[in-house]
Amino acid sequence: MDASTSLTGGFADPVFAAQSVFRAVMDCMARPGTIGTIGSEATAPGALGAAQAAIALTLCDADTPVWFADTLASPALSAWLAFHTGASVAPDPTTAKFAFLGLGGVPHPDFPIGTQDYPDRSATVVIEVSGFEAGEPFTLSGPGIAGTQPLSVAGLFPDFRTFWQANRAEFPRGIDLILTAGTRLVALPRSVRILD
Amino acid sequence: MSAVTMSEAGTNFAYLDEETKRMIRRAILKAIAIPGYQVPFASREMPMPYGWGTGGVQVTAAVIGPDDVLKVIDQGADDTTNAVSIRAFFRKVARVAVTTHTAEATVIQTRHRIPEHPLIEGQILVYQVPIPEPLRFLEPRETETRTMHALEEYGLMHVKLYEDIAHHGRIATSYAYPVKVAGRYVMDPSPIPKFDNPKMHLSPALQLFGAGREKRIYAIPPHTDVRSLDFEDHPFEIQRFDEPCALCGARNVYLDEVILDDRGGRMFVCSDTDNCESRQADAQKETAA
Repeated sequence: MDASTSLTGGFADPVFAAQSVFRAVMDCMARPGTIGTIGSEATAPGALGAAQAAIALTLCDADTPVWFADTLASPALSAWLAFHTGASVAPDPTTAKFAFLGLGGVPHPDFPIGTQDYPDRSATVVIEVSGFEAGEPFTLSGPGIAGTQPLSVAGLFPDFRTFWQANRAEFPRGIDLILTAGTRLVALPRSVRILD
Repeated sequence: MSAVTMSEAGTNFAYLDEETKRMIRRAILKAIAIPGYQVPFASREMPMPYGWGTGGVQVTAAVIGPDDVLKVIDQGADDTTNAVSIRAFFRKVARVAVTTHTAEATVIQTRHRIPEHPLIEGQILVYQVPIPEPLRFLEPRETETRTMHALEEYGLMHVKLYEDIAHHGRIATSYAYPVKVAGRYVMDPSPIPKFDNPKMHLSPALQLFGAGREKRIYAIPPHTDVRSLDFEDHPFEIQRFDEPCALCGARNVYLDEVILDDRGGRMFVCSDTDNCESRQADAQKETAA
């Protein structure tokens, strides 16, 4: 393992970078389907996207086991995460608080969706997609959306609608999704409905 | 840590350490994803006593950045002790710009009021919450109220409102009036007068609630359905005032009663001091012109 990759690639200014990245994520979570941009640079070893890396640095620490999909996972990435955030890699998907998936990644069926008593004890899943310009069009509605919100996503796994319907049916339980494309992101909290 | 992130007070930016901010930020994201659900969080001791808005202060500290403009109100007023000290706190530990004008603020921390000036897209309203559990006075056990929320079993709350009608002929609850958020969770809007409840419905601003002593964070995303509980034959009603504000003449605003002497003299004035002062200034300009 090359130590240099695990020690570099963090935020240049961790306090303000984490604050601005969090605000971008929060604004997107509060307004599902709107496209946010990560303003602070972070680079992880391997295929983890820029926004994904920034989200990991902003929200993960020793309290949040992190799951990496096989396409992303590497000893270098685990070392990078441990050095910059103190977070460990989740030994199995049931313990994941955050999960990072690459292009076309499908959420593991065993990611925690919380319980009816504690629906907040669920995973936040961050999936890289190819873009928000072309691709499959969706119409969203729900809390955070005045009326309906159009969204196009390219590079999402097939059968996403069916997956999301099943996730929405579990409400208030369910996973929350963040879709990232390079430095941009769109959040789909579990409260969102896909109309068509 | 760079010199820039250290505040004048010698603390980390916005007082809280980064690990605490991350924990609160994760709670806020889950709260937004499950509108009206109270997310437990590891509330910290703050340099002010419980009951002074430690929950709101922690939420504000986790959210605020150097470009934000902060407004703090206490019962609608910018110039009361609680508001002044929290505003001074953030000016010291985060060096953010502060304002008393609702329209200029990006983050508004509030104790028990929603500003009269309509909030807009992009603003964040942070409520200080003493008791986040709307069912607490009906059922003291946390295990039971948690199950009631899980099963969406809110019959007890309707019984309470019905008892109001049986005793008083109307729903006598006048503040902390329970609401149902996005058709699912019954939520305590904090002790705002029920006059303010309609402002929560479909508000373009993001509403965050922090209860420090009770260790709960909850949220209403923008444009979210917020209904005050009521009955078909006893629909929800807000307070009405017979006279306008004695200082600015505003109607359809929430008024405070001020006792003037010990012979029954009193006046009604705006609870929202910023709204009242700008209206008085506008009126003066018109007279001058």
